[in-house]
Amino acid sequence: MSETNDNNIGNTENTENIDYMTDSRPIAVGENTPGCKKRDPIVVAEDVTRSFGGINAVDVEYLEIPRHKITALIGPNGAGKTTLFNLLTGFDTPNTGKWQFEGNSLAGVSSYKVARMGMVRTFQLTKVMGKLTVMENMRLGAADQPGERLSKALFKGMWGGREKEITAQANILLEKFKLDAKKDDYAASLSGGQRKLLEMARSLMVRPKLVMLDEPMAGVNPALTQSLLDHIKNLKAEGMTVLFVEHDMNMVRHIADWVVVMAEGKVVAEGPPGEVMKNPAVIDAYLGAHHDVDLGDAEGIKELEAELEADDESVVGTEDAGILSEITEPTEPRKEEGK
Amino acid sequence: MDFGFIFSSALGELFSPTTAAYALAALGLAVHFGYSGLLNFGQAGFMAVGAYGFAISTLTFNAPFFVALLISVVCSVIFAFILGIPTLRLRADYLAIVTIAAAEIVRYVVTTNQLTKVTGSANGLAAFENTFYAMNPFPEGSYMGMNNRDFFIRVVGWGLVIVCCVLVWLLMRSPWGRVLKGIREDENAVRSLGKNVYSYKMQALVIGGILGALAGMIFTLPRGAVQPSNYGTELTFFLWTCLLLGGMATVLGPVIGAMIFWVVLSLTQSLLYGLIESGAVTWLTTVQAGQLRYILVGVALMLLMIFRPQGVFGNKKELAFA
Repeated sequence: MSETNDNNIGNTENTENIDYMTDSRPIAVGENTPGCKKRDPIVVAEDVTRSFGGINAVDVEYLEIPRHKITALIGPNGAGKTTLFNLLTGFDTPNTGKWQFEGNSLAGVSSYKVARMGMVRTFQLTKVMGKLTVMENMRLGAADQPGERLSKALFKGMWGGREKEITAQANILLEKFKLDAKKDDYAASLSGGQRKLLEMARSLMVRPKLVMLDEPMAGVNPALTQSLLDHIKNLKAEGMTVLFVEHDMNMVRHIADWVVVMAEGKVVAEGPPGEVMKNPAVIDAYLGAHHDVDLGDAEGIKELEAELEADDESVVGTEDAGILSEITEPTEPRKEEGK
Repeated sequence: MDFGFIFSSALGELFSPTTAAYALAALGLAVHFGYSGLLNFGQAGFMAVGAYGFAISTLTFNAPFFVALLISVVCSVIFAFILGIPTLRLRADYLAIVTIAAAEIVRYVVTTNQLTKVTGSANGLAAFENTFYAMNPFPEGSYMGMNNRDFFIRVVGWGLVIVCCVLVWLLMRSPWGRVLKGIREDENAVRSLGKNVYSYKMQALVIGGILGALAGMIFTLPRGAVQPSNYGTELTFFLWTCLLLGGMATVLGPVIGAMIFWVVLSLTQSLLYGLIESGAVTWLTTVQAGQLRYILVGVALMLLMIFRPQGVFGNKKELAFA
C-alpha cells in the first residue's frame, strides 16, 4: 500500500481494469478487528478447530483472506499457523467448522483437489523430489499435462507439445529464481535455501490463484530475499493472492498488505502491517516490547538499556539489575522486564 | 572337471524360461519399488495368482489359452486392488507387511485339502500346458540344441520380457512416470501439486502385479506343473536379489540381475559338484553344496551392496544423496 489513489476508494463495482499493484481500496469492510469481513474474500473459514490431545492447536472463529492481496500470517511458535495451513489445504481434517475457497466448500475435499482448484501450498520443512532433476521437479508442478494419464503416457505425440510449453514456462521461472544454472542437477544437490526457492517456483508452475507459502524466506540470503520479495509482489500483478507465514518482520512490513496475527490457535489481531505492529496485544504475544532493537551490536544494547531504565516495571537501573552487555561473571537469573 | 559343460550349462541359464520369469517379476518389482517406492514383499503371491489363475481356468473350466491368460491377468489385478485399497493410503511399511502376509495367504489357500479338487493341494496341478504348446509354430527338430517345445517357450518368454521392458521404459519416460518418481521421493509434495497420489500408486501396483502374474505363467509353463512350494517367501526375496543386483530404478537392471542370479547359481553348483566328485572337496556333500550356493549368492549380494550399491545399471549419482 505504497501509493494512495483516492479515486478508487468506494469504487467497488468497477472490478475490471484494476491494477492490483496499486489498488488501495480498503481491504476490510468496517473496523479492522480480528475476524472482520473483507471487501472481497477468497478464503473464508468459520469455527475451524483442530485439537491434538487436549490442546486446541487451531481455534479460529472467523477468518477471511482478501483476494488479490498479500496477507502475512504471523504469530509465536506453536500458534497454529502451519496447522491452519494444513487444514485449509486438506492435508489435515479439522474437528469442527467449515471453510471455503472462492465460494466452494472445502470440507472433506482431498488435498490434491484443493490444489487443482488453485490453492497451492509450500511446506515449512521443504519438500523437493531429491532424485529428480530441478527441471523435472518444475515440470511435475505443471497442470493439464495429458501425458500424466496412463492411457496417453505411451504416446509421446499426445503429450510432447504440452511438455514443450511446460519446459518454457519452467525456464522462465527458474531464471527468476536464479536456479537456471542448476536445472539439470538433482534437487538433492541443492542447498537448503535453494530448495526453498525450488519449492516456491514449483508451486507457481501450477499457476495457482492462491499461493500459500510457509516461511518462504527461511535460509535464503539477503540479496536473493530482496529480489524474491519483488517477485512475490509481482505475483499480485498476475492476479494471484498470496498468504504467507514468516518470522522476518522486515519482510512482513515490506510486502504484506494485510497481517493476521495468531496466538494459541486464535486470531488475536488483523489489519494493515503498520497498524498491527503497534497493537499492544501483538507486541505482547509475539513481537516483544523491544523488537526494534538490534541485540547484535553494542549500540543496540545501550539503546535497550536506556529504554529499560525509563521503564518503571524493569529492574534495569535499580540495584537488582544484572549485566546485559557483559557476560564475564555469572549473574543471578534476571527477571524478565516488562510483560 | 568338465569346464566346457560347466560353462555351457551356465550359459544355458542365461536364456532359460525361468530366468525370463524372474526377469519379468523383478521388472514388476522395479515398477513397484524402484519407480514408485511401493515396498512389495509379496511378488511371489502375484506369481502364484497368475500361475494358478491360468492352470485352474484351463483345467477346471477348459478355457482356451487366451481366455485363461486373460483370467489370470484379471485375477492379479483384483489381487492388487485387494492389497492396495486398504494400504496405499498408509505409509509404505504397511504395504510391505500386508503384501508379505497376503502372499502367504495365497500359498496356504491353494495348499488346503478342502480345495484339492480345484488346486491340487500340496501336489499342485499339472497337464495344463497343452493349450499353450498347441500353438507352437515350430516343427519338431533341433533348434540350437533344444527341442521345439523348449525353443517355443524361450521365444515366448523372452519376447514377453522385451515387450514389457519397452512398455515400462516408455511409461517411465512419460509425465506419468515422472509423477510416480515424484511420489517415490515425497508423496505429500506431489499431492500439494494437485496429483491424485492414491490413484497413481494403485496404477503402479496393478501394472507391477500384472508383470508378476505373467512371470508366474512363464515360470510354470515349461515345468508343466504348478506347486505351492514354488511360491514361498524365498521366491520374493530371490526376486529382490535380482532387482538389487541389476539396479532398482532401471528397466534393464532387473533383467540383467535375473541373468546374473541364475548364472552365479549354476556356476557355483557345477563347480562345487565338480570339486566334490573329483575328490578335491571332502567336507561337503552334494546336498550341502546345493544349499551353499544360496549362501554364496547372499555373499555376492553383500559384496555388491558394499562396492556397487546402485546395482549394475543404477546411476551412482542417485545414491550420492541417499
